[in-house]
Amino acid sequence: MSFDLNFIGILIGAIMASSVPLILAASGELITERSGVLNLGVEGMMIIGAISGFALMVVTDNLFFAVIGSMLSGLILSLIFGLLTQSLLTNHVATGLALTIFGIGMSAMIGKNFVGIPGKEFPLLFLNFKESIPFLGPIFFGHSIILYFAFGLPFLTNYFLKKTKTGLIIRAVGDSPTSASNQGINVTLVRYSCILYGGAMCGLAGAYLSLIYTPQWIENMTGGRGWIALALVVFATWSPIKVLIGALIFGGITILQLHMQAVGLRIPVQLLSALPYIMTIIVLVVISRDSRKIKLNTPTSLGQIFYKEK
Amino acid sequence: MYKLFLRSLISVLFMLGFSLNANAEFKVGFVYVGPTGDHGWTYQHHEGRNAVEALGIKTTYVESVPEGADAERVIRQLAQSGHDLIFTTSFGYMDPTNKVAKDFPNVKFEHATGYKREHSNVSTYSARFYEGRTLLGHMAGKMTKTNTIGYIASFPIPEVIRGINAMTLAAQKVNPDIKTKIVWVFTWYDPGKESEAAQALIDQGADIIMQHTDSTAPVQVAEKAGVWSFGQASDMQRFAPKSILTSIIDDWAPYYVERSIAARDGTWKQQDTWHGLKEGMVAMAPYNSAMGSDLVKEVEQLQKDLASGKVHSFTGPIYDQKGNILVAEGAVADDGMLAGMNVYVKGVEGDIPQ
Repeated sequence: MSFDLNFIGILIGAIMASSVPLILAASGELITERSGVLNLGVEGMMIIGAISGFALMVVTDNLFFAVIGSMLSGLILSLIFGLLTQSLLTNHVATGLALTIFGIGMSAMIGKNFVGIPGKEFPLLFLNFKESIPFLGPIFFGHSIILYFAFGLPFLTNYFLKKTKTGLIIRAVGDSPTSASNQGINVTLVRYSCILYGGAMCGLAGAYLSLIYTPQWIENMTGGRGWIALALVVFATWSPIKVLIGALIFGGITILQLHMQAVGLRIPVQLLSALPYIMTIIVLVVISRDSRKIKLNTPTSLGQIFYKEK
Repeated sequence: MYKLFLRSLISVLFMLGFSLNANAEFKVGFVYVGPTGDHGWTYQHHEGRNAVEALGIKTTYVESVPEGADAERVIRQLAQSGHDLIFTTSFGYMDPTNKVAKDFPNVKFEHATGYKREHSNVSTYSARFYEGRTLLGHMAGKMTKTNTIGYIASFPIPEVIRGINAMTLAAQKVNPDIKTKIVWVFTWYDPGKESEAAQALIDQGADIIMQHTDSTAPVQVAEKAGVWSFGQASDMQRFAPKSILTSIIDDWAPYYVERSIAARDGTWKQQDTWHGLKEGMVAMAPYNSAMGSDLVKEVEQLQKDLASGKVHSFTGPIYDQKGNILVAEGAVADDGMLAGMNVYVKGVEGDIPQ
């Protein structure tokens, strides 16, 4: 293994790229969950975003439309979830699971005609800096705009939840919908918005996979990343910054263990393969062991059905 | 009492209807491990199914069935719903297939790439993919500049280890300095993970990427990085037109057609099939002219020799990693040894995950 600085830079860049879908989907789901809604349909919304993005790229030959379209499709799917859970008051868990199954099936059906079409080159920013600056170049430059957005998102989310009035309203709805409702807040409307936002972010995460990360459409291409994102939100105890850390650790160890194998380190491969999951959980548990803070961040009414008595 | 009677009457009628329906028509079922759109392993099995369907035989398929408890449920379901012949197309379906076969002696089962035939209604079949790997090894040995071949492996089963060994032996023959670097991804199909593995191997100096996984992601990574690659299971050339030197193609269609007709006509017998280049179950996609016409000719000749049996992929002397002799000079490995292969040959780096 060559241990020169530039190589490490390239490695870190690759780790960042691999964690983007997790950050996007988990940040979206975090907002949804903070409003008290548990949407297990992350995987389904991601895969629908992936196929819509790819299909629109092929049909319109325009990456901008593709990205917007993927967000819209994630949003539409989450709207179905919203209608069922918020207006028809169905169970969150069951509806979310159904949404995932629906999304996977639907995407495979739409995708039939898009298998085997090579993707389009997605523009990467500051490519000349990436090559001219050693070490820092490959870390900070030569990425797609979505990556920069994804890395800013947890900080924005954190600020939004803690410092803005809307953020406070979302948290209030998540903690005690009844009290919030008594204060004159339209709980259903707030929850709808959060669900739709989460759906759009999941769609974007899917598009990142099909347009940038592995530019092609293949069935089931999200490969369970939606579930990882869901788990990240919980293990990060609903804190956006910890979601970012968790996503980086998960992406980082996934890639590092492959490198360790390629180098031929004599560590049991099964252990290496399990390492991303183990390490992510350990680190997140350790950094968020303050039970007072956990209580502060946990949306108390998560997954509970709310209806206003009239 | 009345209710109980009614209930049992209904269930008897139901079962009767079921079995009548079952006897009505000859049906063939397929169980796939991946989606039919993977453009690799499952895609090729699905092409085989299409060939059976084209004969006018009714077929059913279930895709993306995980290897494990789900598999047994799906196979049982197919057997119960009146399928006369069931193809289970992944190694991990071995035990479930035999288990279900015991309960359905009148249904015929065909399990791909396995070795257990515990009941007389279970046949196994596989292809000698390792012959294709020998050709890849020859090309890889000649084309590599860094003398490092990157290999993305799925699960540590004989099938995969055999491929790694066949490739390494052939590559060593033309280039004694080559090293095979292996990354185990423990999945047959995860485009993201496969592409990360390909990238890791390229970062570690591999300029040839080979895969024993099913998606087209690795060849696309190779194309982007400007290194050579080989397609797996079906012709993946259009995913990486510059990078792919050739693909190993699995052609199941003739076998599926033959066995379906045999089952329909009542001539089906238990057997163990292991076909290769000779019978056409393993085929090679067109060779990339970028490797030069001399090498193309060489490989074409080697392909003929492998098909005719003049050359065998595992001809001695073959040593394991510690230098112990596995196959004596001049001898060839027999099918029993090939089927149970569980050690690396000399020149492969790392250990087999246990």
